[in-house]
Amino acid sequence: MSDRKPQGASIVFQTVGKTFTKPDGSSVSAVDDVSLTVESGAITGIIGRSGAGKSTMLRMVNGLERPTSGQILVGGQDVGAAQGAALRAIRRDVGMIFQHFNLLASRTVAGNIALPLEVAGVPKAKIRARVADLIHRVGLDAQSDRYPAELSGGQKQRVGIARALATEPKVLLSDEATSALDPETTQTVLQLLKDINRELGLTILLITHEMAVVRDIASHVAVIEGGKIVEAGKTYDVFTAPQHPTTRSFLSGVTGVTLPAFIKGQMHDDRPSGPCEEVLRVTFSGKHATDPMLALLTRDLGIAVNILAGAVEEIGTQPFGNLLLSLDADKGAEARAYLERHGLLTEVLGYVG
Amino acid sequence: MSANLINLLLEATWQTLYMVAVSAALGTLLGLPLGVFLATSQRGELLSRPWVNKMLGLVVNATRSVPFIILVVAIIPFTRMIAGTSIGTTAAIVPLTVAAVPFIARLIENAIREVDSGLIEAARAMGATPLQIIRKVLIPEALSSITLGLTLAVVSLIGYSAMVGAVGGEGLGDLGIRYGYQRFMPEVMAVVVVILIVLVQLVQSVGEWIAAKVDKRAPKGRGQ
Ligand SMILES: Nc1ncnc2c1ncn2[C@@H]1O[C@H](COP(=O)(O)OP(=O)(O)OP(=O)(O)O)[C@@H](O)[C@H]1O
Ligand SMILES: [Mg+2]
Repeated sequence: MSDRKPQGASIVFQTVGKTFTKPDGSSVSAVDDVSLTVESGAITGIIGRSGAGKSTMLRMVNGLERPTSGQILVGGQDVGAAQGAALRAIRRDVGMIFQHFNLLASRTVAGNIALPLEVAGVPKAKIRARVADLIHRVGLDAQSDRYPAELSGGQKQRVGIARALATEPKVLLSDEATSALDPETTQTVLQLLKDINRELGLTILLITHEMAVVRDIASHVAVIEGGKIVEAGKTYDVFTAPQHPTTRSFLSGVTGVTLPAFIKGQMHDDRPSGPCEEVLRVTFSGKHATDPMLALLTRDLGIAVNILAGAVEEIGTQPFGNLLLSLDADKGAEARAYLERHGLLTEVLGYVG
Repeated sequence: MSANLINLLLEATWQTLYMVAVSAALGTLLGLPLGVFLATSQRGELLSRPWVNKMLGLVVNATRSVPFIILVVAIIPFTRMIAGTSIGTTAAIVPLTVAAVPFIARLIENAIREVDSGLIEAARAMGATPLQIIRKVLIPEALSSITLGLTLAVVSLIGYSAMVGAVGGEGLGDLGIRYGYQRFMPEVMAVVVVILIVLVQLVQSVGEWIAAKVDKRAPKGRGQ
């Protein structure tokens, strides 16, 4: 192992499809005509509900599954077409971590991390040095000779990460790596992934069903539903201007901005006759995130607004705000036009009579 | 008990140990690869040879469904071919081994199948070959169960070894029948039974001790 800094590799999905044929002859389309470019050196999140096809997508990147149509290029190499030794060589360039860690119970921390190096035929002395390095990097110096059964979940995932990095891969795949961990441990593991991405420059592709994970570490995100990518882009753009209903529903969970139950209960999708209030979601982003827009709205148009819920958050280092408002429905169009003119995004959620 | 009898008992114990040890060793030598193959060769598995898997499975089942005492007699020609004779303690090792191989293979197959498929997945993702996965993941991870399985096999072989008197195999069982039963010497029968109990107990304890020693999983009850 040299001191070279491993460079990330890009991952390109080109009209990839994967259909499973069940023993009874029926077939399931798990991934359907997916085209996606995962940028080299970036952290990209794929988010979707259970059964959406996330794991299948990820497992095609290191050839654990073969696409039934299309191509997957990792650093320019066609993984789906690779066989035998060539495929194993690609796999050494792609580390993987798992929800349930998948550590060998019969090996110590050091032994687990050594495994990929043994498999690659690295000489013993080099293995020892490299393992010590990795253990130090993930902060497990004191646990080196312990067995996985003696470790906490967070420590186990650190071993998983060290093991995945052992062969100096260009890509790290993460299949729900924090789903079995408590929120605090999740944060420390995500931070470790961030550090690794920054220091080693390797590409990280992670899948999750939690928008919070995407928000916390991914610069790019793709939303998958029923095997199709329904939305993809920079995390900030997707968070501040979600296009697809699935994305919105994932976001409503994470922004912490949800309608109070008493309003939700009496809200109509269509405007009822008579006087009523319009319920709006307003998203502030970029340089407007901290502008006092509501005060200006009241001053310039004389429209009074009720604030139902709201929060200002950060993605990467960029702030964005989310407000739920209600105002006189007759003034709704005017107010929305005003806000949009000032660079804010608005969405009518419903009406309250 | 006469010195003569004590000598007979010592000799018989030695013969039993000899038959059991050699057939267990041979049975493991052949049963281990067979068991590993059975556990990894169904469709879509590591070695994926579904047809060979089915054929071997049939042979294993067939052998295992023949009662041991019938097997001993049925394969006398084979025994003669291998051992040069069909009579005696060494010859008895042949049917014992023939019975042990499929038994041990199934025990090892079960032990290997218990290994979490996530570990195979992780090893494949590392770029391990199927043989590396077997050597570095499956066998080490299954070692504790394999040890318990082999313990069970040895205990069964001790029992089987008592039946090989039918082809002139000697040992404790044979001694018990000839002296204890046919010559009405209940004290010989009693001593034989006690020695067998002690042997089985010893094998079981040593087996369990080794199995616990190699088991690095969380102790039962504590969970993961
Ligand atoms: N080996 C397989 N054989 C048959 N069907 C499969 C197989 N693997 C996955 N599928 C099916 O493909 C679809 C996508 O599965 P996948 O595991 O990729 O979903 P996922 O998004 O990772 O879900 P989860 O969040 O529950 O892990 C599901 O309908 C699943 O049942
Ligand atoms: Mg999954």
